[in-house]
Amino acid sequence: MAEPRNPTPSTGQLLTFVVAGEEFGVDILRVQEIRGWSRPMPLPRTPSYIRGVINIRGDIVPIADLRERLGIESLTPGPTTVIVVVRVEHASRNRTMGFVVDAMSDVTTVEHDAVKPPPELAETSTTSMASGIALVEQRMITILDVDRVFPTPNLHDVDQAA
Amino acid sequence: MSQLEAATLAALLATFLEESFEGLDRAEAGLLRLDRVPDPEVIGDLFRAIHSIKGGAGAFGVDEVSELAHIMENLLDDIRSGTAATPEICEALLAGVDELRASLRDRQDGRPQRAGGHHAIVARLVALRGGPAAQAPAAAPAAAPPAASWVVEFVPHPGLMLGGNDPLRIVRELVELGAQVTADTSRLPRIGQLDPTELHLGWTLRVPGSVARATLDDAFAWVEGDCVLTITRVELAQARTAEPTAAAPPARGDDHTNSRELGSLRVGIDKIDLLMNMVGELVITQSMLGELDTDGPVDSERAAQIREGLLLLARNTRALQESVVRLRSMPVGVVFARLPRLVHDLGHKLGKQVELVTSGQGTELDKTVLEKLGDPLVHIVRNSVDHGIELPAERLAAGKPAHGTITIHAEHRGSAIVIEVSDDGRGLNLPRILQIGKQRGLVAADAQLRDDEIANLVFSPGFSTAPQVSDVSGRGVGMDVVWRHLKEVGGDVNIETTSGAGTRTTLRVPLTLAIIDGQLVRIGQQSYVMPLLSIVETVELDPTRLKRLGTSEVYRVRDQIVPVIDLGAAFGLRARAETTSRLLMIVEADGAPLGLIVDELLAQQQIVVKSLETNFGRIEGLAGATILGDGHVAFIVDIVALTRGVRRGGQLAA
Repeated sequence: MAEPRNPTPSTGQLLTFVVAGEEFGVDILRVQEIRGWSRPMPLPRTPSYIRGVINIRGDIVPIADLRERLGIESLTPGPTTVIVVVRVEHASRNRTMGFVVDAMSDVTTVEHDAVKPPPELAETSTTSMASGIALVEQRMITILDVDRVFPTPNLHDVDQAA
Repeated sequence: MSQLEAATLAALLATFLEESFEGLDRAEAGLLRLDRVPDPEVIGDLFRAIHSIKGGAGAFGVDEVSELAHIMENLLDDIRSGTAATPEICEALLAGVDELRASLRDRQDGRPQRAGGHHAIVARLVALRGGPAAQAPAAAPAAAPPAASWVVEFVPHPGLMLGGNDPLRIVRELVELGAQVTADTSRLPRIGQLDPTELHLGWTLRVPGSVARATLDDAFAWVEGDCVLTITRVELAQARTAEPTAAAPPARGDDHTNSRELGSLRVGIDKIDLLMNMVGELVITQSMLGELDTDGPVDSERAAQIREGLLLLARNTRALQESVVRLRSMPVGVVFARLPRLVHDLGHKLGKQVELVTSGQGTELDKTVLEKLGDPLVHIVRNSVDHGIELPAERLAAGKPAHGTITIHAEHRGSAIVIEVSDDGRGLNLPRILQIGKQRGLVAADAQLRDDEIANLVFSPGFSTAPQVSDVSGRGVGMDVVWRHLKEVGGDVNIETTSGAGTRTTLRVPLTLAIIDGQLVRIGQQSYVMPLLSIVETVELDPTRLKRLGTSEVYRVRDQIVPVIDLGAAFGLRARAETTSRLLMIVEADGAPLGLIVDELLAQQQIVVKSLETNFGRIEGLAGATILGDGHVAFIVDIVALTRGVRRGGQLAA
């Protein structure tokens, strides 16, 4: 993988959004599109935070509920609920996946220096997915590593890709 | 040579190479039969195959190929007129086939020709022939090529002709000295930008080494300073090296790479004709529908016409799709063709006598599936020869014929192609497999497994039974690779064995990956797709015929006891107790029936299969997904996996 895992060139842009009142961001280069909410088809035998799959122009794309992934009770989708579709890299294999957030915020340019490593807190689902915290003026944005939001493909798939 | 000529030549060469490889495969198969039965027809076919290669190679100037083919042809001619085809001769001819294939492959990949690599085999064949050496023209071309040559690259500046120089004069002068000329037209501007007073050509001239350097210098004396000129002396070996590259203009090289990457498919004319007919009908339907697209109200008459048109369109589309699928289909014999040679060589090496019997070669399936099938088949056959078939002495001691037999049979079964590879060898060493399985933690130490379950452990990743690594197989990559390849194309593999009597491996692959006939069913609030061909019947569920057996359930259909899965519960949509449906769909996979409780039968339709693994991963019990007409996603139920799960007692249902 030539590209660094984390969105930390000297400056970078984050797509920020809100989940349960907290502001999160992901590397904008990983974002493929933002879609209005549409009900996914539930996918059996998957972790509960996988809400199912949706059809994006003929592609079957799995959708995760970021609230549930973060260990927060999930919400009934409202008018601001959107799906952020991102490119996920596992074992040098690219997959397209989406996650549900409460509402979009904006696109924020972040200096490399302004990103602080996450403090060493007890391992929770949030800390395990965060690659850093960006300090922008008065805001604190948790930067999510999209590769860690989604389950890795099983061993068999990795072999296949290699 | 113009661009066009170069392109034509490249296309011809590609065809020649393709046909030659096919010819070689045929020749190889023929030779393998020859040492057993000298059938005149086989010899004739062999002769023709080698003869065509000789002719083509001569035309394309692949000298070492035509030379070798010629001596092989002579040998075959002898055999045709009565000389016995001894095993030595057959082996030497096989080696000749290998050498021809290697030379042609070098040519195909644009690699330099290996100077003289074929001499050894030519000598061997000539010696075998024992006839007067003069008849073998092998020695003739060896003397002919000059010991060395000059390679002159002559690239004039565009303004050369303004000085009154005529480059053609120089070129002609050198040709008189015996030079071969190649023009480089790559720098030619488009016609609109072409200034006729400017020169954009370049030449590469190959002049015999006997010409003095001074003569060359003289020829170019007038144009010095007006051109880029390099003169290099090339010794024979290098000259051969340079040959193919020098002869091939850039365009040809490019074409070549492309065609290699994309792959090509030879399709029978009849299939294309059929396709053409379909398209014709589609056009007629389209114009019929087009005529209905006029202003004015859509009354009941026009509505009926439109409906009829749509019906016709549906039929056309389906027929078109079927013929396209057929277009992509190839007979499995194509992958079987590699096996006789493999068995022959391996048997020799290991001192075993093995006969290979194939049937059902004409069974057709999708090219992509077929390609994935090649390596697994080779692997299974190799395993059979290496581990399955015993040494002749051992076989005789066991009361079996000295030569072992490996049978490969292909046939259609429902929507799948089944290929069975059986041998009459010693069978799998089940206690040993179980022991390794336990060592590797693949099964619990106290597990009680049935024989077939133990046998199928060999498909687990990283499993290899060879007590010591042999040259032939048992390098640790084993049957798990076979399993993985088959899973990739949505297939399956199963192994059965009887100690002392042999092993049978059954490969099952879908006919095509892309489109299947599906029955939509409702489970809870969701639609699922059942592959239509696995469905046997659908019956009304009579609760009195349902019986619990531990955590499983069975149902009595007439005189048969069928295991039952409630799909709603299996897919986690509801608890088993909440299911009130009275609909039981009986499906069949691996020859075993299975009852699936569904809520409602919906439409039957053709569905395009989409992989869940592209963006997610494999999910046990689902074979993929599809997108319905309304844009929603529906999952395709993997009947085979469900059946296996029930047999394993794996609680998919709980």
